[in-house]
Amino acid sequence: MIPDDFTYAAPTNLPQVWDLLRQHEGDAKILAGGQSHIPLMKLRLASPAYLIDLRNVPGLTTLAERDGSLIIGAMVTETTLERSPLVRQRYAGIYDASAVVADPIVRNFATVGGNVAHADPANDHPAMLLALRANVTLQGSRGSRTMSLDDFMVDTFETALQGDEVLSEIRVPSPPPQSGSAYIKLERKVGDYAIAAVGAAVTLENGVCSRVGIGLTNVGPKAIRATQAETFLTGKQPDDASIRETARLAADAAQPTTDLHGPADYKRAMVQTLTARVLRLAVQRATAGGGQ
Amino acid sequence: MTTDAAAIGGMGHSVKRKEDARFLRGKGRYIDDIKLPGMLYMDIVRSPYAHANIKSIDASKALALPGVLAVITGKDLDAAGLAWMPTLMSDKQMVLPVDRVVYQAQEVAAVVATERYIAADGVALVEVDYEPLPPVIDPFKALEPDAPLVRPDREAQTNHIWHWESGDKARTDQLFNEAEVTVKEHIYLPRIHVSSIETCGCVASFDKVSGKLTVYMTTQAPHAIRTVYSLVTGIQEHKIRIVSPDIGGGFGGKVPVYPGYVIASVASIQTGLPVKWIEDRSENLQADSFARDYHITAELAAKNDGTMQALRVKTLADHGAFDAAANPSKFPAGLFSIITGSYRLDAAHVEVDGVYTNKPSGGVAYRCSFRVTEAVHTIERMVDTLAQKLQRDPAAVRMQNFIQPDAFPYKSATGWEYDSGNYPAALQKAMEKIDYAGLRREQAEKRARGELMGIGISTFTEIVGAGPSHTFDILGIKMFDSCEIRVHPTGSAIVRIGVQTQGQGHETTFAQIVAEELGLPVENITVEHGDTDTAPYGLGTYASRSTPTAGAATAVAARKIRDKAKKLAGHLLEVSPDDVEWVDYHFQVKGVPGRSVTMKDIAFAAYTNFPPDLEAGLEAVDYYDPPNLTFPFGAYICVVDIDRGTGMVKIRRFVAVDDCGNIINPMIVDGQIHGGLTMGMAPALFEAITYDENGNMQQSNFMDYLLPTAMETPVWETDKTTTPSPHHPFGAKGVGESATVGAPPAIANAVVDALSHLGVTHLDIPITPWKVYQILQEHGAAES
Repeated sequence: MIPDDFTYAAPTNLPQVWDLLRQHEGDAKILAGGQSHIPLMKLRLASPAYLIDLRNVPGLTTLAERDGSLIIGAMVTETTLERSPLVRQRYAGIYDASAVVADPIVRNFATVGGNVAHADPANDHPAMLLALRANVTLQGSRGSRTMSLDDFMVDTFETALQGDEVLSEIRVPSPPPQSGSAYIKLERKVGDYAIAAVGAAVTLENGVCSRVGIGLTNVGPKAIRATQAETFLTGKQPDDASIRETARLAADAAQPTTDLHGPADYKRAMVQTLTARVLRLAVQRATAGGGQ
Repeated sequence: MTTDAAAIGGMGHSVKRKEDARFLRGKGRYIDDIKLPGMLYMDIVRSPYAHANIKSIDASKALALPGVLAVITGKDLDAAGLAWMPTLMSDKQMVLPVDRVVYQAQEVAAVVATERYIAADGVALVEVDYEPLPPVIDPFKALEPDAPLVRPDREAQTNHIWHWESGDKARTDQLFNEAEVTVKEHIYLPRIHVSSIETCGCVASFDKVSGKLTVYMTTQAPHAIRTVYSLVTGIQEHKIRIVSPDIGGGFGGKVPVYPGYVIASVASIQTGLPVKWIEDRSENLQADSFARDYHITAELAAKNDGTMQALRVKTLADHGAFDAAANPSKFPAGLFSIITGSYRLDAAHVEVDGVYTNKPSGGVAYRCSFRVTEAVHTIERMVDTLAQKLQRDPAAVRMQNFIQPDAFPYKSATGWEYDSGNYPAALQKAMEKIDYAGLRREQAEKRARGELMGIGISTFTEIVGAGPSHTFDILGIKMFDSCEIRVHPTGSAIVRIGVQTQGQGHETTFAQIVAEELGLPVENITVEHGDTDTAPYGLGTYASRSTPTAGAATAVAARKIRDKAKKLAGHLLEVSPDDVEWVDYHFQVKGVPGRSVTMKDIAFAAYTNFPPDLEAGLEAVDYYDPPNLTFPFGAYICVVDIDRGTGMVKIRRFVAVDDCGNIINPMIVDGQIHGGLTMGMAPALFEAITYDENGNMQQSNFMDYLLPTAMETPVWETDKTTTPSPHHPFGAKGVGESATVGAPPAIANAVVDALSHLGVTHLDIPITPWKVYQILQEHGAAES
């Protein structure tokens, strides 16, 4: 459990980060909370020559609603999210997800940006954020760009980050009235990766689902948005029959494989079970009017 | 004169643990806390293959790394006759391989360096050229004629190690032939790992001037290790000192001698400098010895009225590449023949066949008193299977078949003489505590609504305290244990014992035994152990043996002191010792309560004012050879709820009624039971080690090997009955493992009970949610 030799740098602004990334192209790795990367290095499954810690870079810890979005700075920790009344009241699905990431000690370090940028299909935030139609902001020496999370998540451990770009923030559209979101994770023990997990976001208008988002965790090469299921439920009343059919379609969207977290068939069935449960919870929250 | 019993803190007092002050303040001294001047670090190159020839080892790049002092290979050890070492089970195992590896993560070479990080970097630079060989993973296939040989070094060219059996085969077969009803199940207890919080390691320090080798080692049995070290290396035993300092959990996993200890010792002898070796978590999980891995086929014969008659068991035991099980030497299958459990049986026949496979050594007695977990799981599952077949309540079938309280001492069908027990009382208490009748009503109502709830019982009998010298030895050394007590002039004492704590609380409980026997306050008694230069010879702590053996020795040694103290009391009171009696923790003249002396007075006199016919001093030694084992028991009842949408099992309640005879420290016993129950829940629902077809171990870290946390652990509801052991000096029995042994079948039985209306009769552990869900789906019982 001893990592390979590496050089640690803790630059104090983004231009310095970009410089280091360019200087050590291919050999450098960004360190946010270290939730995933430190274990990989400890096991020598990853051996970057340079570790660029973002902890001293200012401006990456915003957590506020602004211009119709919730801004989550890339270095916001899971604990900060979990304890934020704003998140808990208006973005309950994000609260749900942060509360089931690893364990409390890890959550004190772990960041939302790291969770998303690591692009591990088992990580909890991407699916919930897909359901919420989140966008991400990437900043590099050539400028800043914003894209949907769908476009950002390319494949297992692979994102749309180019060159010296750094994921700087995540933007979640603020929920209209009568919206609710929720995330349910099935795990054998606390802190484990999900067997499967599902995030859902629903907006109701006159008892009908005007907007539906459904994201799936750890049942494919990356977090999956269950588009057919979303489309099916949109415009329908979230009754027992429509939720069941939506859950079935979500299970169809899963691409699970058999591993230590269970057989593929089981995981697919769990997507169905969890989708139905999480949709009911999201609808309940939307109806209760407590916001997302 | 009356004495405040609480101030003495003897038997039955929940004295706070003396050792906790240092543990809670971070002042424990574990192996990795030991730092000696000039100390080097050792790290180990391990095999990526389960089975391969080693064509060559090139250490030149590692040796070129600044700070690397040596790379030790099997060929180096072979030159010194140390490439192989004996196991406790009359087998031998590789310290480092000369030309072939036989399991994944096996030690291949060791790098010795000035810093721990350099040693790790050196390991990455050692180039080993392997020629992979087909591995033998499945123990059943290992016995097929064309199976590759795991151990061509042996004379017998087969993967079959040994056959062992117990009981009366003819009588058992006859009862089965005539039986009105029989039940049969295939039961697999998977490989699991003890996963102590502290991994294994050592600091070996050879003094070139004195020629003395000191090894600080994570061991549960320092004296036995010293003797084995001497026999294997030829170093005189007085030139070897094994020190077992604070140990972060043993659970049987620190009984074996691991190659790392030996290589580090060789490295220290070679360099003349201390060498530290500490396993990392993955090494510990992948390469250290494993527990369980028993493939069991069990049959139970009974009458239609539920009377159990005979038990027939055949077992394939996967021992990995070396038979390095940690059992008494005459017991290749441990005490598996306790399998008749708490029940009257006319006959039983139990067979076990040991098999080699390309896996690390199995057979560690993981908190199970030598294969008792396997035995208890089997009989407790079979009783439920019988009850199910007869459509009887499993509690009623147990009550019907229990060995009755007046039948003790009871000779079991496999030859054990149970010392004492009252099984119906324990089960009755558990049933009342949990409201068994109410739970059955609730279950019926829920089942009618389609909800899944199960109630599981385990009424186990343990067998602990190995053991009597006529039967029990380890490599010929009899399994007695020892205590040495010295009372100081001012009335305090030092107690040295041959057993070694790894968290059991010996520093407190053994002081309590002496406090009780001598009437000295527990706070004035120091307990030492674990250093072979100072502690009396003993076989160590495992298999719940400390209280039955060394605990007994401690009481007997204290009583020897009290006998002498009585003479001193007579001298001080100016009466004949025959006219002195021990009352309420002091001596008094018979019938004259006003004329008395305390042990403190006597201790002072032993050094300052002793009669001419008595030696000075107040001390005693006892080597206790137990006349029998002790047989603690318990009745556990578990209630589970099953999520029909996910197959997840949730333990709602768990009542544990234990009986370990007279209790020294109720708080410590309760702690033992809480920990043991959690360790019993773990394999029932979470833990298992598996291998792919190439012999790759699939759970090499705690991401994949699921240890339950406090979050998964229910509130344990403990209670007790007290049936003293008639042969133990203070009526105690061992308790450290009862809960680990008793809990798994209670949980498994509860899950099977929840699904029994679907025709389910058995589920192997760990009971994963997908196993349960698949059953629910097949029977249309899953939430849709």
